[in-house]
Amino acid sequence: MATKRTLFEKIWDAHLVAQPGGRSPIIYIDLHLVHEVTSPQAFDGLRAAGRKVRQPSRTVATVDHNIPTEPRGTPITDVIAAKQISALQSNCKEFGIHLFDMDSPEQGIVHVIGPELGLTQPGMTIVCGDSHTSTHGAFGGLAFGIGTSEVEHVLATQCLAQQKPKTMKIDVHGRLAEGVTAKDLALGIIGQIGTDGATGHVIEYAGEAVRGLSVEGRMTLCNMSIEAGARAGMVAPDDTTFAYVKGKRFAPRDAAWDKAVDYWRSLPTDAGASFDKVVEIDAAQLCPFVTWGTNPGMVAPVTGRVPDFARLNEADQRATELALQYMGLEPGKRIEDIGIDRVFIGSCTNSRIEDLRAAARVARGHHVNAKVRAMVVPGSQTVKRAAEAEGLHKIFLEAGFEWRESGCSMCLGMNPDILQPGERCASTSNRNFEGRQGRGGRTHLVSPMMAAAAAIVGHFTDIRNWKFQ
Amino acid sequence: MNPFRVHRGLVAPLDRVNVDTDQIIPKQFLKRIERTGFGEFVFYDWRFSADGKKNSEFVLDEPRYQGASILVAGKNFGCGSSREHAVWALADFGFRAVISSSFADIFANNSTKNGFLTVRLNESDVAELMRRARETSDYHVTIDLEQCEVRDDQGFRAKFPIDEFVRHCLLNGLDDIGLTLQHEAEIADYEARHPAAPQLSSFTQ
Repeated sequence: MATKRTLFEKIWDAHLVAQPGGRSPIIYIDLHLVHEVTSPQAFDGLRAAGRKVRQPSRTVATVDHNIPTEPRGTPITDVIAAKQISALQSNCKEFGIHLFDMDSPEQGIVHVIGPELGLTQPGMTIVCGDSHTSTHGAFGGLAFGIGTSEVEHVLATQCLAQQKPKTMKIDVHGRLAEGVTAKDLALGIIGQIGTDGATGHVIEYAGEAVRGLSVEGRMTLCNMSIEAGARAGMVAPDDTTFAYVKGKRFAPRDAAWDKAVDYWRSLPTDAGASFDKVVEIDAAQLCPFVTWGTNPGMVAPVTGRVPDFARLNEADQRATELALQYMGLEPGKRIEDIGIDRVFIGSCTNSRIEDLRAAARVARGHHVNAKVRAMVVPGSQTVKRAAEAEGLHKIFLEAGFEWRESGCSMCLGMNPDILQPGERCASTSNRNFEGRQGRGGRTHLVSPMMAAAAAIVGHFTDIRNWKFQ
Repeated sequence: MNPFRVHRGLVAPLDRVNVDTDQIIPKQFLKRIERTGFGEFVFYDWRFSADGKKNSEFVLDEPRYQGASILVAGKNFGCGSSREHAVWALADFGFRAVISSSFADIFANNSTKNGFLTVRLNESDVAELMRRARETSDYHVTIDLEQCEVRDDQGFRAKFPIDEFVRHCLLNGLDDIGLTLQHEAEIADYEARHPAAPQLSSFTQ
């Protein structure tokens, strides 16, 4: 074992259960988060094999992907979605798993509630049948998405057989300017390294700009790691992290807290430890970004333009042509000239209290453009209550935004919140894939501030010039 | 899981890069609670118009590619969502393998759990197979996992890399839950040294 280790290597080593010769290492999973969409077939598999859930106390479930964001208690009219939700309820009951159900005061997007309940802690291994599990790496843990077969594997064994990923350090020098957020940093990185730039790697985000992010900003950044192809993203735990975790419902207390913090302080990457790949980013070069295409790497500064074919190589030309055709955009069009029909503020990327505060600050005293329909979907019931206690919902409602119940909502449109064909949306979510928010829908990824500003003026606009009221 | 040893099949070319799992199986089909029956919905938005009519111009629906069991596609295949439904849909449609120059990690992982092979070749070999699948009628290749090799009848031959343990599981159709449970003693020992936090234990009782 090397004496100088990275954060990732320390966590990996601490969770190694067995290293069978000629086979993938087996690592222990501290926390397994479960939701309705990727779990029913896994529970069926357990039943078929006569297996139990090995550690119900390390398994936590919620409903988020396909629940409506209408007021709770409104019947679910989609019978197939309702069946999937009831399957999760009966599976949790049968296997003894705690479920934050639809009517729970703590229900929410799985990647929002884990951290706010204090289930997510530094140094942990966390998995979930959802690619955005990388979010939890913001606390300095190893967190990654898995498929349903692996969900079944973790339910049955509390372990995973995994090939050890490679490591990548993304070092962000300097500080982010006013109006440039964690979302813009994430989009800027993906724009630079590409949607497969980190395939096979676990990213550790480091540098002054990352240290300066709140835990919520770090979650946004780590959340989007998968959009660069990474297995996971992580940020070393520090006092900012500990302050966030302390006092949360499932966080360690008293002597256990002190012991935990001592351990967490030993986790950051040792000086001189080496990474398989290092990427340098200059924060001063970053600005508010807007995606123009059909993957998160197709991104331009808000002051920029949609690419012109003439300046691209042949392979990029074809992909760009297909993307612009789908997006209904002409090459060379100014980003600020792109008008929008819808705005979605929400998702596991940007639906936390800090995101809602940022959007409300922009919306205050303004009104949503007459041709735009804008919705705000808090990430959890806890976020919703906190926002209401601060009066944020009033700012949104007075400005003409819809204020809805928590869930994944229009990030992936599994519930009734979808775009109509041809509708163009400024979205704080994570994927602008074809049809992601509804068949024929056109998604532009932006930060919460940029989304709120677009809702008000009806097209993209540089938040750095915003007149706050 | 069905073993994968040597498979010869008709090749269909999908000349796109970054094919994401939202495209392979759109979200409206993820509400099913079964593992089967996803095949008819594979690449739904590309294969069907909004009113459910078939778009016969899509490559998989061209008569010459009916019955294809091997897909050749551009780089970063299977990116995005972790939905294993993408693999279930491709397999249910009749594919046994995808050949590309790169795959997203979760998609590749999910494939191995379903006896479905992701074959990684270099970009020029992928481009060559794509060209042959377009220009040769009834173009077949053999994917030989025993030799880690792709070959055709026109002299194409290329080796592909694969993790030795993954290969072993695929060749023998092994269930890896069973394999992990062979380490019961080590898991129990680890758990004895790392008990769940008391807040968590009391939580589920």
